Amino acid sequence: MTDPNATLAHHVDIADLAAHDKTYLDANELVINMGPQHPATHGVLRVILRLDGEKVLGLECVIGYLHRGVEKIGEHRTYTMFNPYVDRMDYVAAVSNGLGYCETVEKLLNVEAPPRAQHVRVILTELNRIASHQLWLGTHALDIGAITPLFYTFRDREEILKIYEKYCGARLTTHAFRIGGLQYETYTGFEKEVKNFLNFFRPKIDEYEELLTTNRIWVERTKNVGAISAEDCIALGVTGPVLRASGVKWDLRKAQPYANYKNFDFDIPIGENGDTYDRYLVRMAEMRQSVRIIEQAVDALPEGPIMAKVPKVMKPPAGEVYHSIEAPKGELGYFIVSDGSTQPYRVRVRPPSFVNLQALDLMCRGELVADVIAVIGTLDIVLGEVDR
Amino acid sequence: MHAIIDYISSYLTSDKTPGAAGNMFWVLVYIMLVFAGLSVAVIAMNWLERKILAHMQVRLGPMRVGPHGLLQPIADAIKLLLKEDIMPAEADGFVFWMAPLIVVLAAFTVFVVVPFGPTHAITDMNIGILFMLGVSSLSVLGIVMAGWASNSHYPLMGALRSSAQMVSYEIAMGLAVVSVILVTSLHGSGLYGVGGAGAGDGTLSMIGIVRAQQEQGVWFIFKFFPLGLIAFFIFAVSMVAETNRAPFDLAEAESELTAGFHTEYSGFRWSLFFLAEYSAMIAVSSIAVTLWLGGWLRPFPNLLNGDTWDQAFSFIPGITFLFFAAICFYNAVRMPKHPLFRVQTIGLFGFGVVLGLIGLALFVPAVSIRVQDIFWFAAKVSGFMYVYIWFRGTFPRYRFDQLMQLGWKVLLPMGLGVLILTAIFGLWPSIQQLIQRLI
Amino acid sequence: MTPVATPFFFYLFAAIMLIGGILVITRKNPVHSALALIVALLAQASIYLMLYAPFVAGVQIILYAGGIMVLFLFVIMLVSIERSMKERQFNSQWVAGTVAAVALGGLFIAVYAKAEKIFPHHAIRITPDELLNTQGVASMLYGQYMFAFEIASLLLLVAIIGAVVMAKKRI
Repeated sequence: MTDPNATLAHHVDIADLAAHDKTYLDANELVINMGPQHPATHGVLRVILRLDGEKVLGLECVIGYLHRGVEKIGEHRTYTMFNPYVDRMDYVAAVSNGLGYCETVEKLLNVEAPPRAQHVRVILTELNRIASHQLWLGTHALDIGAITPLFYTFRDREEILKIYEKYCGARLTTHAFRIGGLQYETYTGFEKEVKNFLNFFRPKIDEYEELLTTNRIWVERTKNVGAISAEDCIALGVTGPVLRASGVKWDLRKAQPYANYKNFDFDIPIGENGDTYDRYLVRMAEMRQSVRIIEQAVDALPEGPIMAKVPKVMKPPAGEVYHSIEAPKGELGYFIVSDGSTQPYRVRVRPPSFVNLQALDLMCRGELVADVIAVIGTLDIVLGEVDR
Repeated sequence: MHAIIDYISSYLTSDKTPGAAGNMFWVLVYIMLVFAGLSVAVIAMNWLERKILAHMQVRLGPMRVGPHGLLQPIADAIKLLLKEDIMPAEADGFVFWMAPLIVVLAAFTVFVVVPFGPTHAITDMNIGILFMLGVSSLSVLGIVMAGWASNSHYPLMGALRSSAQMVSYEIAMGLAVVSVILVTSLHGSGLYGVGGAGAGDGTLSMIGIVRAQQEQGVWFIFKFFPLGLIAFFIFAVSMVAETNRAPFDLAEAESELTAGFHTEYSGFRWSLFFLAEYSAMIAVSSIAVTLWLGGWLRPFPNLLNGDTWDQAFSFIPGITFLFFAAICFYNAVRMPKHPLFRVQTIGLFGFGVVLGLIGLALFVPAVSIRVQDIFWFAAKVSGFMYVYIWFRGTFPRYRFDQLMQLGWKVLLPMGLGVLILTAIFGLWPSIQQLIQRLI
Repeated sequence: MTPVATPFFFYLFAAIMLIGGILVITRKNPVHSALALIVALLAQASIYLMLYAPFVAGVQIILYAGGIMVLFLFVIMLVSIERSMKERQFNSQWVAGTVAAVALGGLFIAVYAKAEKIFPHHAIRITPDELLNTQGVASMLYGQYMFAFEIASLLLLVAIIGAVVMAKKRI
């Protein structure tokens, strides 16, 4: 203790103590950094939590760890060349991304895909919806602590991926569609295999539900957790199953029919309370509805060409277009500005995960840390899509 | 020399546990046997958990190291021993170092009083059950120390959670145990038997509790049906919570707290936590078996009594081992006929031969009489172990407040109710007299 | 059970207890102090065992080492260690401290010297049979000292209610 400054600092600190004593007991606000390397943030999401004990006072999402500049890349590629890139955004539902992009460019070019292509598109996208929901179910349940559903869903998702693999050679980032139609003609036995899958999959949904729907712990963990009202959903622009679970009957497949969804008969499942349990039920019901749609589409699969007439070198007229589809996670929109050249002037994607993620703070306030995990799971975000 | 041999052999005719007989040689032998047996059980449990869980989840589990992955736990143990042992720079070194030791010590020490048979226990303390609960409650200290010493948020939160959880469930657990201790003081036989000669002389000794069940001719899970069953249920729920296992594994909830209190541990220290967790599971299961399921007693002692049935039941241990051996042989035959699999096939065959020999040895009356108690005890405990794995495969995880609610608002009142009702049932003749006198 | 090397173990446990006690007051880190206290309490439980009081020893381990100390640690862990490390360890009331220590020492010596008179031999009922210790404690508590026992439990109940009232803003 020869250094006089050290002693001084020591004294000051003790004086500080008395001043702090009053707030000492209340000052138990804990700031925890969850992610970007955390097993339950579904990739590289970073959440900064402000906690009072275990209660969440607020949180902040830090995103961008998976940013690859997909939109910027679009400005330097031709319309055709950019097509595979969109698959890498929501890699869990690559087919939906492709469908959205292709339809948007088709709208810009003013062409329409032939009926057979439309049907196959519906089949593949709905299969993709099932696959995406399966992945969501598995990981969501895993986050809440049920490890078994993950293996069940992955076993069944494999069957869908096999169909994709047979159709286009890829399992995840499929690049299944081309602007104006399909990449490939369906393989022999495609219809039969899809039907086999449907028959195989129908009892499997019951199997998942048996494990979870009436499971006391599951219900306690999800009911009234992360509830969000319909008004808040609309104000935040939240779409997809999250919006529908809050009781809003809004599904782009019905509201602004694209592809040829208007020819198929299906229901839009909605929830009441907008809590995690309702979102779970809505997604489970959506899988059943997808099975219905695929069944109708396979039965009515017309013969004919799979490609519309599109020029080899695409030079859409100058102008801008916005088109959106109902991706498994919500409204997936593409806004493309064309300057009449072979490359888009600007591509802007409206990814459902990114918009839905905004609701996380609102949904988690006042809940416990364990609920944050459940809510992140129930939002069904894919960071590839959030960060692009 | 003779004196030593006399000292050693004098115990063989005793009908007490080595500790009670005061024979230090046999105490040491038993300690080593229990320690070795426990380590083997933990290793076997490791393999079984992975295999059973895998089969529940439509996968195969370990298949590469040894036939059907039989050597996987050993490979894992070697890996853990060779791994670098990392200590965070900001950790409190001494406490960080002590924590796993305390947890392991607490988990192993309780086995001093576990009765594997009427004489097969290291010692018989007259406060046996109290000792078990007390020492196993010390393991929470190790967990708290580990969480704090790591000097990191997630371990601290894990430690806070698990200490709160363990302290609260100990109460419900204790109440369930007390109702059994009350019942041991009754000496009447049968489901609703009360009073009897020497009534009012209860016991806390683990062996005494099993003997009381033998005397009353009923496992305490059925005593005062359904009170015994409810008490057992309370204990069964709390014991899962006490050992931090699914669905109460909040302390190590990987999706929330990465790994809870042992996040910062690696290598050998981590494996100590692992060892402690599994031996604690075996320990609490042993308590449940001793208190409610008749400890080392064979099933159906009343329904199927008589020498013939005794004889028949003494064959079951041998038959079980022969059955396992048969499974090994069957799978050895089914192994792919490829030179690569030759070693594995021979290994599995050899394992089957070992199991078969053990099975045959168990048919020798002299062996089977001494060992069948241990077999029944182990069989009941392994039933509990299976249920542990089953839970893990089925249930999601409770949230912390729900867990506390279950402990304090459901199990605790239930335990109190069972305790009071058990006391009323036990004192029924006296209460009846009292009522008659009043009227 | 025959007692094994009683004086040796007595001095061993007594030494552990004393060292633990000294560490409790000299350690700056409160968590270390709490751990030292646990060691002292465990050594005390061992001494109870040597006094043929296994029940008391068991209760000592469950309640103090397993229950109360965990709650202690629970609270201490949430306290900022850096802050407490900087605080001064002892207050400087040497005079009062010395007087208290001397008085306590005098009391001990007096008790030691006049033990026979203060505790007449017939009043101390040692049951050397440890098998009856649990029953002995029970019949003492529920027989002779029933009133005191119930008063103590009432006091604890009041304490619990008080804690709830203080901790909870709205009941």
